[in-house]
Amino acid sequence: MNRLPAFTISQPQSVAEASEMLASLGDSGRLYAGGTELLATMKEGALLYDTLVDVKTVPGLADIRVQDGELWIGAAVTHFSIETSPIVRELLPVLSYVESRVANTRVRATGTLVGNLCFAEPHSDPATMLLCLDARVVAQSTRGERQLTIDEFFVGAYETALEEDEVVTSVVVPLPPANWRMAYKKFQIIERPTLGLGVVLELNDGGDSVATARAAVGCVSESPLRSSAAEAQLAGPLESLLERLDAAGDSLADEADLLDDREGSAEYKRHLIKVFLKRAVQQALQSDGPSR
Amino acid sequence: MSDTSAQILLRTTVNGLDVAVAIEPQETLAEVLREKLQLIGTKVSCNVQVCGACTVLVDGLPVSSCTYLAYEARDRQVLTIEGLASKDGTLHPLQTAFIEENAFQCGFCTPGMILAAKSLLDQRPDSSEHEIVEYMEGNICRCTGYRSIVAAIQKAQASVADRSS
Ligand SMILES: Cc1cc2nc3c(=O)[nH]c(=O)nc-3n(C[C@H](O)[C@H](O)[C@H](O)COP(=O)(O)OP(=O)(O)OC[C@H]3O[C@@H](n4cnc5c(N)ncnc54)[C@H](O)[C@@H]3O)c2cc1C
Ligand code: FES
Ligand code: FES
Repeated sequence: MNRLPAFTISQPQSVAEASEMLASLGDSGRLYAGGTELLATMKEGALLYDTLVDVKTVPGLADIRVQDGELWIGAAVTHFSIETSPIVRELLPVLSYVESRVANTRVRATGTLVGNLCFAEPHSDPATMLLCLDARVVAQSTRGERQLTIDEFFVGAYETALEEDEVVTSVVVPLPPANWRMAYKKFQIIERPTLGLGVVLELNDGGDSVATARAAVGCVSESPLRSSAAEAQLAGPLESLLERLDAAGDSLADEADLLDDREGSAEYKRHLIKVFLKRAVQQALQSDGPSR
Repeated sequence: MSDTSAQILLRTTVNGLDVAVAIEPQETLAEVLREKLQLIGTKVSCNVQVCGACTVLVDGLPVSSCTYLAYEARDRQVLTIEGLASKDGTLHPLQTAFIEENAFQCGFCTPGMILAAKSLLDQRPDSSEHEIVEYMEGNICRCTGYRSIVAAIQKAQASVADRSS
């Protein structure tokens, strides 16, 4: 049985203290939330740290709250807490759904949304939908606080724009107006999804046309991406939307860095993108509010 | 790497009993349960959070004890398979149903299966078959083919509902 190498655990009492600890530890320390990624990679010997800085001992990071029309999710909030939060279920059911389908019950009970984003594993469900929802990541250090869009946050596979001493304190998601329709669909046959696809459609006043659209695809590139060409193709009358989906699917696939790998050929992934874009759009339009 | 091992005193509750045990920060809950508390009903198979053999409940929620630090159990309630039957030995309805439905063969997945199912039935006693399958999909069984496991969970569900009505 693979055992974890020895380490100590530090228990910061504030974000500033956590940031100071990270600065002084340098490469020998790392923030630790649920540990579902971190401990697994340490067990394999892929990453080694002498000290884990337990972000969960910082008070105030375990909340989900609404402020100025935006949902704030703290760094210690688990997938399970988001999935079952009455606030999220009511105001952003698509996120509740996405979270309910992450990993398995045990990883959801322990793993955090913020830890998922900070690990920047390319097969993330929430990252794809959060990109589509124009979410932001709030990062804090002793030098101050800054907010990054999801796009700015992800630099590549397993790589974020965070500085060594920055602590992500929350994820902020603008709440959708009533005329938005949205859905997330994923395709998964192993532990991690093979494809994730999110759409957000803003309907016009008459409800018969897509005024603006957003579409994001995840798991098929280093980080999730949107395609402005696909989004332009999705906009327009609902009546002819189905006819435009094929081209929009191709645009989304063109944007992604489709490779032949163990999850399938590039051609297969292009096909999946088209099928799941159609399913996501159909599901989004079935609802009478911004639900999943 | 410097020597970073440092013992900590873990105070937790396991199967209703208060426990204080010296642990090292890197010890997993499965290691502490099996090696320090001799609770070997918790099994470790994949060791990477995928199979669910090591499932125990912490404050009612399932965790993969193979990768979950024992440190996290401080001041929390841990339930392992050894703590499920009543003190007088009466089996939990899930245990009875697993026996009656032949929901195990080698039995290696069973403690984790039963505890995951308990967590589901405690949270959502009226789960549909679809919800049961969806919730249990992270617990892998190499022997039974799952049908009997789902049947056992449904049987336990019905008997819990009878008892409380
Ligand atoms: C078996 C398995 C299946 C999975 N399946 C899926 C899936 O289907 N879909 C999906 O989307 N994901 C999946 N995941 C990923 C899962 O969502 C993540 O493991 C989890 O959310 C990580 O959160 P954590 O709290 O455990 O992070 P940790 O492991 O504690 O940390 C992860 C990384 O983030 C850093 N970090 C943590 N918190 C902060 C912070 N506040 N500020 C800065 N850095 C921080 C850590 O230093 C570390 O580098 C799966 C994981 C496993 C193990
Ligand atoms: S042994 Fe822990 S999940 Fe498989
Ligand atoms: S009974 Fe053998 S693995 Fe399930």
